[in-house]
Amino acid sequence: MSTAVAEPAAATAADCTHCGLPVLPGDVEPDLVRQFCCAGCRTAWDLINAAGLTAYYRSGDRRGAPVRGSGRRYDEFDHPTFHRLYVREVGGGLLETELYLEGVHCASCVWLVEQVPLAVPGASRAELNVPRSLARVQWNPAQTSLAPIARFLDQVGYPSHPFRGGRADQRRRAEDRAMLVRIGVAGAIAINVMTVALALYAGWFGAMEPGYVRYFRWISLGLTVPAIGWPGRVFFTSACGALRARRLHMDVPIAIALGAGFIRGAMNTVTDTGPIYFDGVVTLIFLLLVGRFLQQRAQRAAADSAALLHGLTPSTARLVAGDSIAEVPVESLVPGSVVEVRAGDPIPTDGVVTEGCSTVDAALLTGESVPVSVEPGDLVYAGTTNAGAALRVRVTEAGEATRLGRILRELEAGIGRRAPVVHTADRLAGWFVAAVLILAAVTYGVWSRIDPTVALDHAIALLIVTCPCALALATPLTMTVAIGRAARTGILIRGADALEVLARPATMLLDKTGTLTEGRLELLDWRGDEALRAVILALESHSNHPVARAFELAWPTIVAPPATEVRQTLGGGVTGRVAGIASAVGTPTFVLAVARDPHRLADALPTHLTPVLVARAGVVCGAAGFGDPVRPDSLGALAALRRRGWRIGILSGDAPGVVAAAAATLGVPAGDARGGATPEAKLAEVERQLAAGPIVMVGDGVNDAPAIGRASVGIGVRGGAEACLAAADVFLARPGLTPLVALIEGAERTLAVIRRTIAVSIGYNLVGAGLAMGGVINPLIAAIMMPVSSLTVILLAWRSQTFRTEP
Amino acid sequence: MTVLFILVPVALGIVLIGVVAFVWATRQGQFDDLETPALRILRDDSSPDRPR
Repeated sequence: MSTAVAEPAAATAADCTHCGLPVLPGDVEPDLVRQFCCAGCRTAWDLINAAGLTAYYRSGDRRGAPVRGSGRRYDEFDHPTFHRLYVREVGGGLLETELYLEGVHCASCVWLVEQVPLAVPGASRAELNVPRSLARVQWNPAQTSLAPIARFLDQVGYPSHPFRGGRADQRRRAEDRAMLVRIGVAGAIAINVMTVALALYAGWFGAMEPGYVRYFRWISLGLTVPAIGWPGRVFFTSACGALRARRLHMDVPIAIALGAGFIRGAMNTVTDTGPIYFDGVVTLIFLLLVGRFLQQRAQRAAADSAALLHGLTPSTARLVAGDSIAEVPVESLVPGSVVEVRAGDPIPTDGVVTEGCSTVDAALLTGESVPVSVEPGDLVYAGTTNAGAALRVRVTEAGEATRLGRILRELEAGIGRRAPVVHTADRLAGWFVAAVLILAAVTYGVWSRIDPTVALDHAIALLIVTCPCALALATPLTMTVAIGRAARTGILIRGADALEVLARPATMLLDKTGTLTEGRLELLDWRGDEALRAVILALESHSNHPVARAFELAWPTIVAPPATEVRQTLGGGVTGRVAGIASAVGTPTFVLAVARDPHRLADALPTHLTPVLVARAGVVCGAAGFGDPVRPDSLGALAALRRRGWRIGILSGDAPGVVAAAAATLGVPAGDARGGATPEAKLAEVERQLAAGPIVMVGDGVNDAPAIGRASVGIGVRGGAEACLAAADVFLARPGLTPLVALIEGAERTLAVIRRTIAVSIGYNLVGAGLAMGGVINPLIAAIMMPVSSLTVILLAWRSQTFRTEP
Repeated sequence: MTVLFILVPVALGIVLIGVVAFVWATRQGQFDDLETPALRILRDDSSPDRPR
């Protein structure tokens, strides 16, 4: 059986069957085929196996990341408030809702998510939409409820959130369908009119009875009327809108050419003289609609983001009522309620701590790389994570009124305020229209002196042959091809506008924590004895502080001896006896209160690192410096960008000293590196600098999201908060900053291709205009030239090497 | 060649049927998501997994 090769457990005995991570030597059970790194993975495997879903492990594209169910109960999904907001009834007594799932990306996800009806009795249907990460689930309320379904999805690795954009979504879907219908109708008509035109052209060379000619011309007219009236109407509506706003855009010449061609063709059909143009008109409508569809689809994805964002704020809270605790939707919390926040849970609202001491990880909200300690009386904010012990929090602000809510609102407003990018083709359109109209007038004027009977025909031939079909196709087509190629290299581009901005050097502001750096606390400097390490681990194994985890990560192979009399002081450190000797690990203030420092180790560490001291028997004998290490490829990437003319700046929420140290490492001038910036300050800084030119903002956290949404182009990096990714135009799915350079290079090449295609289409138009003005153009030449120019543009766009796939 | 007077309308009638079918399918939402169905068929869910 092929499982032997595919299942990771068989390949290397020391890898976890479930998550694929190495199993620590102490945990390997030599006589078993399946190894697990932890109880969680074993449970997950049992679950998946019991549901008969182990085919999941044979999918090659699991990305090696461990599946971590959040373990949430999702009880709030069954709360009446939740049902009123998000659940609707469908036929047959079934209920339906849409859930936004985190971590959806591939075929395995489709398969796994759609197994819900198998795994949860009473669930009748689950359908996943991969590009939008939305799962539509239906269930029978008599047999089950939404919470078990959500729990199953969570257990297999897709934490669920309610999808809060239903109404806007339906409107968009209707628009998309109408667009598709228009393309289908226009395509069907175009093909048939062209077939008829072929017969007419063939008859033009040979002999064709006049009766048949008239018959075919009337059929063409009959087919073109619905094409103009239904799919073609959008161009007339849009051109009217532009004229009313006293602006010239691409739709104006298109509408003029379509209208002139159709009216003249209809007149010629009725009078049975001269050319009919119908084939050109309908082909034009079809090709232009296709171009517009591609463009709209690229922009649509960007518009999706704001709605999804709301799905990502925590939706649950554990409300304390007397002695009992109930999980309720965040929507039902009011200022004054008390909620419990367990260790590791996100904090659901803004509030004041009433009970418990803990550390709060605010990296995503503020960009601070070091978690802060909180005790009763301290403020905590929604969107931060309780990293230490359980807390009780009295709600001061909930929902939209929280700081996170305000940030998200600013983000949406920022996206709305963003100035639309003027495409190269649109900039040309005004000139183009003017030139075509003047040329048509000249043609008519000159020819009415030479031969008044053909003057109007020549002028209309000019209008049709110069219709900017290829010009209008060039940009959306090249962009779509480039975006497709970029996606294959791990660069996901949502707003096609982004490429146009990125192709010209401007100012790039980067977040520090998580973008330029790894975004986690790491042991960077260690002064002390080898033997001391085991002592530290012995004490820290009793702590759940992030520093304790960083120690464990730094020295994974050292086995810690047992420690006794261990005592933890929040915001201080840990004391205890290891091998009978009193020991202490903690902040300098904490340790120096119980120990002397004869070697002055406390002052030996660089100032931008967070110091931790170790004392044995009342003497400080070790010092560790913690920091957030710079990503290995950051320096090279920034240098490459600078060579291309970009100005680089750092905009971070971390302490100014830490930011200055990172800036020095990366060669960023001190004046361009700003630390201590709150999310609001980041937004303000981006707005201030926008006055001087386009700003590209690169970041990873919720704290960057408003700035990313407001900047000319926002870029999210791998590992970032979903809120930030939702705001970004571009998401770099490969780690590090090297893809950033690839993105800039690709954007430059894309714009070069667009310029080339525009030049080609204008070249065609010049030739066509010359022929029409000379009066030598006839319907056949016009009918051939137009598709050929569009075809050339399509070929150029298709063959362009905009983003190179790396080996 | 007078048969053209019958054949062309017949052909156009067939085109009309196709267009109506396309419009119906679109309004049903069959073209809403073009990515997922392509991925959906990649998994063979008929073969049960037996523990070794």
